[in-house]
Amino acid sequence: MDDVVVTSRIRLARNLSDVPFTIKMNDYDAGLVIERVRDVISKNKQYKFDFYEIKKLPFLKRQVLIEKHLISPALVSAKIKSAVAIDQNENISIMINEEDHLRIQVLYRGQNIQRAWEDANRIDDFLEGHLPYAYDETWGYLTSCPTNVGTGLRASFMLHLPALTLLGYMKEIIETITKLGIAVRGFYGEGSEVVGNLYQISNQITLGQPEEDIIANVVSITNQIIEQERQARLKLLSENRSFIEDKVYRSYGILKYARNISSNEALKLISDVRMGISMGIIKEVTIDKIDVLLNLIQPAMIQDYFGREMTPEERDIKRAELIRKILD
Amino acid sequence: MMCENCGKRPATVHYTQIINGVKTEMHLCEVCAKQKGTIEFDAPFSVTNFLAGILEPAFGPQMIKPSFEMQITCRGCGMTFEEFKRSGRFGCAMCYNSFSEKLYPIFRRIHGNTKHVGKIPTKMGENIAIKREIDKLKIELNIAIKNEEFERAAEIRDKIRELEKKLSRE
Repeated sequence: MDDVVVTSRIRLARNLSDVPFTIKMNDYDAGLVIERVRDVISKNKQYKFDFYEIKKLPFLKRQVLIEKHLISPALVSAKIKSAVAIDQNENISIMINEEDHLRIQVLYRGQNIQRAWEDANRIDDFLEGHLPYAYDETWGYLTSCPTNVGTGLRASFMLHLPALTLLGYMKEIIETITKLGIAVRGFYGEGSEVVGNLYQISNQITLGQPEEDIIANVVSITNQIIEQERQARLKLLSENRSFIEDKVYRSYGILKYARNISSNEALKLISDVRMGISMGIIKEVTIDKIDVLLNLIQPAMIQDYFGREMTPEERDIKRAELIRKILD
Repeated sequence: MMCENCGKRPATVHYTQIINGVKTEMHLCEVCAKQKGTIEFDAPFSVTNFLAGILEPAFGPQMIKPSFEMQITCRGCGMTFEEFKRSGRFGCAMCYNSFSEKLYPIFRRIHGNTKHVGKIPTKMGENIAIKREIDKLKIELNIAIKNEEFERAAEIRDKIRELEKKLSRE
């Protein structure tokens, strides 16, 4: 699939004009909003959505949805009733009563931001036709937090940047693009740590630019980072070939033969192997397969895969087993 | 390492937050992490907390704040401006109207802008689209006058009048 872009994501924040925002909402209002949105979504002919009330979901299922990036940790920890509608292909999710009444999110693998925007926009049009949106002529879509007002749009890419990280360029890159109104985050979004050399980059400004310009801006900066990462990989390969080959094959070896492995260690090793595939060092595995692993090795996903709850120690053993099976 | 919460079981859930280079760590056992609803820890460096800082006037809060300012209250949800500054969140759609005057400098600082130019919902769209078109034509009119292109200015003026008529009819 894609050597640098792991996923592309669009998110739209929307609110209803006739209900208090979530910070001022009680459980009764929250329940009503959920029912109204559920009713509207059921009328949609184009997509088939499954609907989940968060508090009714078992702990493990919630964690699985977070690890699949279909819901945010904030939706789970919401004090009021919250819910989510997820389309059957698991590309689209509509979160209800997160920070805003509605968060429409579309996520695709690889470089697919245009398609994500088209889907999000279409669903937004549909919902707007049936629900009274909070919208102001001057300020656009009114959101709970002033950082989202205007378009309510966040366009983001999950980038795999092992070579730039290894060469120590990331600090400088982050400083520069932050000045250009781009935010850099870790694997699980705001406040999370960078693991496996995976960086999430997205626009910060939402007011005063049309949606297409905001997306084009993030795309343009992303393209430059992709180019730099590819150059960095070539540089590593031409100047430190034996070091890189050793690093990649060692990681591959551990993944193939380990009997006990934590998710953090697995992520680091998978990152090396992913880079190795894109450099043509490892030929017997595809990036597609590696990206499947990237998802499956997470704590809740492991338990979901084997269909039962496990202790952390048991998980580490089963994780190693699963990795061996997939790489074989 | 033992769980920071109960101190009885070994810590297996390690939660690290890094915001603007500041690292916060939590080490919990699975039971305590579950009770806490996983990731629901205090985030001292969250966007909201920084916003609260941005929302304070640059000279410090006590110096220039006349007492009546504290009492601006949203007609919709009863949120006070003070409350908004503290939480960094609006209470309802009407807050934007109630705090209107005070929002321009805030939005300018966050977004560098104070006017939405993006998507217009189709339901309420037509009028807004016409108003936007009028604004654009007015700028063109000024340019035409400045360049002494009077014929073109007259054309633009007629277009503006036509659109304004359309607006008042609705």
